[in-house]
Amino acid sequence: MNWLSQIASITRFGLMSIPQRLGAVAATVIGIAGVVAVFVGVLSMAAGFRQAMTVSSSPDAAIVLRSGAENEMVSGFSREQTQIIADSAGVARNAQGPLSSAELFVIINLPKRSTGTDANVPLRGVEAAALRVRDNFKISRGRMFDWGKDEVVVGAGAAREFAGLDIGSSIKVGRYEWPVVGIFTADGAICESEIWTDAKVLQAAYHRGDSFQSVRARLTTPEAFQKFKDALTSNPQLTVTASRQSEYYAQQSEAMTRLITSLGFSIAFLMAIGAVFGALNTMYSTVAARTREIATLRALGFGGGAVVVSLMIESLLLALLGGVAGASLAYFAFNGYHTSTMNFQSFSQVAFAFRVTPRLLLQGMGWATAIGLIGGLLPAVRAARLPIVAALREL
Amino acid sequence: MKYFHLIWSNLKRKKLRTLLTVLSVLVAFVLFGFLSSIKQALTGGVQMAGMDRLVVRHKVSIMQLLPQSYKERMERIPGVVLASHNTWFGGIYQDPKNFFMQSPVVPEAFLEMSPEFLLPPEQKKAWLQSRTGAIVGRKTADRFHWKIGDKVPIQSSIWSQANGSRAWEFDIVGIFDGKEKGTDTTPLFFRYDYFDEARVNGKGMVGWYSIRVKDPARAAETAKLVDKEFENSDAETKTEPEGAFVQEWANQIGNIELMVVAILGAVFFTILLVAGNTMSQAVRERTGELGVLKAIGFTNAQVVALVLVESCLLSVLGGLLGLGLAWLLISRGDPTGGMLPLFFFPWRDLLIGVGLSLALGVATGIFPSLQALRLRVADALRRM
Repeated sequence: MNWLSQIASITRFGLMSIPQRLGAVAATVIGIAGVVAVFVGVLSMAAGFRQAMTVSSSPDAAIVLRSGAENEMVSGFSREQTQIIADSAGVARNAQGPLSSAELFVIINLPKRSTGTDANVPLRGVEAAALRVRDNFKISRGRMFDWGKDEVVVGAGAAREFAGLDIGSSIKVGRYEWPVVGIFTADGAICESEIWTDAKVLQAAYHRGDSFQSVRARLTTPEAFQKFKDALTSNPQLTVTASRQSEYYAQQSEAMTRLITSLGFSIAFLMAIGAVFGALNTMYSTVAARTREIATLRALGFGGGAVVVSLMIESLLLALLGGVAGASLAYFAFNGYHTSTMNFQSFSQVAFAFRVTPRLLLQGMGWATAIGLIGGLLPAVRAARLPIVAALREL
Repeated sequence: MKYFHLIWSNLKRKKLRTLLTVLSVLVAFVLFGFLSSIKQALTGGVQMAGMDRLVVRHKVSIMQLLPQSYKERMERIPGVVLASHNTWFGGIYQDPKNFFMQSPVVPEAFLEMSPEFLLPPEQKKAWLQSRTGAIVGRKTADRFHWKIGDKVPIQSSIWSQANGSRAWEFDIVGIFDGKEKGTDTTPLFFRYDYFDEARVNGKGMVGWYSIRVKDPARAAETAKLVDKEFENSDAETKTEPEGAFVQEWANQIGNIELMVVAILGAVFFTILLVAGNTMSQAVRERTGELGVLKAIGFTNAQVVALVLVESCLLSVLGGLLGLGLAWLLISRGDPTGGMLPLFFFPWRDLLIGVGLSLALGVATGIFPSLQALRLRVADALRRM
């Protein structure tokens, strides 16, 4: 009998005996499922947040802030400066002029639907080109606000997370009441967490004169970015920093993503240690229960290596079963779950949905595999080392 | 107690199995400690909030400034004892990752408002005499090795001075401690008069106010009066108890309580299964012995107690070791480097942890002990 068929038959015996120790096996499988579910669940939060921050920022979209400003809140431009930026080399143009939008960014309080307490919701004043600077900006319900009028449109994420943003209701900003006239989407991009109005309207309400905080521009090509950046930095009338929007938001989301990811990894790691102990226990007792059988097989000429490998296979199969169960649980429980959190870089809320990505599922299976291998190895080695004569005599 | 030896020998019977079970329980309680501390760090401010303090902010958003002149108008409102203000400075010391809060304040009003900060009297005197003086909490002082007399440069992301520079320099004249363990001793406070004179923009405007009310029971009433005072002005206010304000801030991050409970639920469920499974294995193996015990006169209650005490011993042992380890790790401080200034293991949660470990022991022991209870002596002896 060759080695492979030895492994196959020992594994088959092992699997067939599972019904006799169903309790122990189920405990191991569910334990591993727990680890994988928690790991995938926590990390899907980070993945969703990151996705909301960075999705659909095409490489030809740029953002310009005052030099030294880490975010829009602390940046500032005069109208003249924004026009110089709009007319710089590299900015795409259409019949109406350059595809560049000078914008204002403020924060208003609105109650979160989930908790009922106030949250910082971003309110953005935009120029007409803003719709072209974002990808796939669409009014999904209602209509666009009229330029120059005291009206707002609300991003789909904001409308979902915060109370009082339905079409027909109005938001109160100081002494002004601005009716919500439409809901917009933009491929799930971060602007879906925002409320938009005409920049001029916002300037008046906030006594901002004719000033802005950021300029967003669509470039002729992604490669034009360097040209654009050089044009701005070499212009003595400006002290600004230009970044690709994708890089800007990736950097803004970094701290939060890192926090959640490290949290997820540490929790999963600790849980995995617990699960390894569980798996070890189960496999040790499996070996103990099969002492007679294994000793008999060894006496018949089965190799020690075959015993080790087949026990490892059994442990691995159980672990993978647990992994699949945990990953599916996480997928069905968390994927697409909508929530919002604070982006500490801009002190404002970002609406996002948990994302269970294929990559996370694979990583989860990786954890399960590792637990199965570690949990199976020591018991398998013990089984192979059983002194045959003593084990047979024990019966 | 006289059966302790018996229980102990049972645990020693399979040392490896006992060890593995204790370790898995230990891991669960280390996690429990960490998650409790994270929850404490994110929501603990609510418990520390002063009962007699209200926070007044701009109605539209806390990012909008309020006039400094509101102080006197607030203090004239019946029920208000004192008002003091803070302003977000957004300062960076050396590296944006070194996050801590800084705020310009009026020293006298601020110190009177915040009895939770303990500042030695001579340092207070020094602060009142030095315009560029600043006081800093113990944690931040230790973190950056600042001593009294040091000059510290801080780059503001918001406020620039007349010469266009955003670099501000402060003289450390005092280091304050917290009155309680949960007091946040990471902020730095400097003088508002120095700040207001030197800044270019927003002169005369401040971030938010704290007010102290005479009678905490009538805080809601006073809050309404404050908001009414500034109604229909350019800067309308929203006034709420400090606790509600802090809670709101924590809620902005998300429902932390729910997340912590969900994760811990998954962890304990997993561990319960693993440990429970081991326990019932241990009892099953000993069916015969339990039969003997019953045959020689042990009552049902005694046998059940033996099994339950064994499982509780396992779980409490793992639990205490885990909580102790968590305590050691957590007392090394905030793992995020400034994001969680109130990171510590609260006593309340430590006690809950001990209770939980006992509950875990009962939960894992209950089924095996029922097995032992139902065991009929004759059946058990036959199986030997």
